[in-house]
Amino acid sequence: MTTTQTPPLTPRQSFWDTVGIVAKREIVQRFLSKSFIISTAITLVVILAAIVLVPRLGDLFDGGTTRVAATSEVASAHSSLEGVEWMEVPDDAAARAAVESETADAALVVDPSSPAGVKVLGLDTEPQGLVNALAIVPEVELLAPSAQASWIANLMGMGFGLLWMMSAITFGMSIANSVVEEKQTRIVEILLATVSSRALLTGKIVGNSAAALVQILAIVLVVAGGLAYNGTTMPVGNLTWPVIWFIILFLIGFVMVASLYAAAAALVSRSEDLANVQQPIMWIIMIPYMLIIFLSNNPLALTIMSYVPFSAPVAVPMRVFLGQSAAWEPVVSALLLAVTTAVIILVSAKIYDNGLLRTGKPMKWREGLKAEA
Amino acid sequence: MAPSARSVEAMISVRNLHRFFGDKHVLDDVSFDIKPGLMTGFVGGNGAGKTTTMRIILGVLAAQQGEVLVDGQPMSAQYRANIGYMPEERGLYPKMKVIDQLVYLGQLHGHSAEASRRRGLELLERLQLNGDPTDTLESLSLGNQQRAQIAAALIHEPVALILDEPFSGLDPSAVDTTVEVLRDTAATGAPVLFSSHQLDVVERLCDELVIIAGGTIRANGTRAELLAAELGNDWELVTTADTGWVRDAGVHVVEFDGGYVKFQASEDDAQRVLTAATQRGRVEQFGRVRRNLHEIYKELAQ
Repeated sequence: MTTTQTPPLTPRQSFWDTVGIVAKREIVQRFLSKSFIISTAITLVVILAAIVLVPRLGDLFDGGTTRVAATSEVASAHSSLEGVEWMEVPDDAAARAAVESETADAALVVDPSSPAGVKVLGLDTEPQGLVNALAIVPEVELLAPSAQASWIANLMGMGFGLLWMMSAITFGMSIANSVVEEKQTRIVEILLATVSSRALLTGKIVGNSAAALVQILAIVLVVAGGLAYNGTTMPVGNLTWPVIWFIILFLIGFVMVASLYAAAAALVSRSEDLANVQQPIMWIIMIPYMLIIFLSNNPLALTIMSYVPFSAPVAVPMRVFLGQSAAWEPVVSALLLAVTTAVIILVSAKIYDNGLLRTGKPMKWREGLKAEA
Repeated sequence: MAPSARSVEAMISVRNLHRFFGDKHVLDDVSFDIKPGLMTGFVGGNGAGKTTTMRIILGVLAAQQGEVLVDGQPMSAQYRANIGYMPEERGLYPKMKVIDQLVYLGQLHGHSAEASRRRGLELLERLQLNGDPTDTLESLSLGNQQRAQIAAALIHEPVALILDEPFSGLDPSAVDTTVEVLRDTAATGAPVLFSSHQLDVVERLCDELVIIAGGTIRANGTRAELLAAELGNDWELVTTADTGWVRDAGVHVVEFDGGYVKFQASEDDAQRVLTAATQRGRVEQFGRVRRNLHEIYKELAQ
């Protein structure tokens, strides 16, 4: 007969403590992985380069100031030209000689037959900078100016689309890989003997969402920094609200994508089979990106897309940016997305739970849903 | 290292488990006890149902019928989380540092990171891990990965151990250190169940034995009990006289050679043969043929 004693059992971790431990591991593993660090660094550098350098590409090709040889009369008549360094010569023949000897990049000589009264001399290429400076550009007046130029709208659409697609796929795949790794190495058996599959799934989603958020904030900071440095060269207008809505919708939408990825990964036993099952999710993420590029100037299409949960994270910030949506519209989009996400989490959690201990051939999505203890 | 100071001393009982995979009845009324403080060997061929039974004990798999009890009560989730489990297929994170995984598992089991790290380092040293605790698992040799796996099952000072083939892949000296560590855990009063198909290892190590084949328990008890219960009906007789006459004594002679004969008979018939033999000459040796575990297992597993 054993005497009754208080069993010195270690209490189980609470659900949220477990979630925290799992999430921390996901985040640490992500941020320690070399491929993640390198790809993030490259992304940030490319974005910064694109924002800071693109508006200056023109200057780069102009090659700075042009040395122009001309007589003092010609030079003083055109003294208002920008980007020109005058080199005074006694006469037009000396100006021509200066170009031939390459002491000047170009020469400006009197030519009565030209409407401008002068002629540009170059050696082997047309001196583009000087020609542009001499060109007369008429005043333009837009009778119905739009809030944002259409090229800026295109660029923004591509920006939000790309950010959504890249982050969702990168971190979605990272969840999928983490699930398959646990299945493939069978550590999942040890884990499930200790913690619930719900806690495990929640921890993975929380961890990867946090990691994705950090990456997105880094990108937003770099973009903001780049734009501030550029000043007025890129007239993007106010990005604060579009970015805030993007981050809100991204977080909800990412949870949806992440649970789909986790469910997909639970269907397979080997990482080799992952590519097949995650294909449908890939399309769900990529189609909004393609649509936003083609339809960024179509208000009706954007309105529809902002209410479809899968494209809302891309379309809503666009509409806010373009000033097309009423204040309540992003809220409704976010609610619709949240409800869809909740349903998808329930379905995914079931598939995840059913699939975790299965081995062998990849299961079909439908098989994963059928209850089998 | 001080062995786990925890002593729960509970008996785990498996009662009438049934499990089907499709139409296949892989567990058919499986019942046995894992007694506190003892090492129970779980023996059976491939597909006999060992792994399925262990998974059901750990709650990783559900039984369609039957239950797992701890001191007569259904096993609580808290008790279950305190079991040390080593699954059949080895699994830890390949790209994670060994000590980090131990800390992670310790934390999931409800221990602090510092306590888990301390215990993890002790365990790795005790199990003679050949390498740095901060090496990634994939950079270790198979034998060392196995040691890390055993450490993972022990990191949370388990109150019971369920180990699926814990000795496969270990060299003989590693088997010995591992056994020592497991015995320490058993000595705290923890029930220990380990499966194996290496009968020699089981025979040497276990206090109790459960033999499973085709999803049913064929035998169950201490080694001595098992050997006694499964004596069989083979007898040996050595006398100074020729033993040819035994063929006519109404028993089945397996082999004979001069004064030696081996025959199969019931207890009564064997005694009759013995009496007859003492009348024909001097009996130098008489008795049942002792069988080893291997022979018993082979017969039971059929």
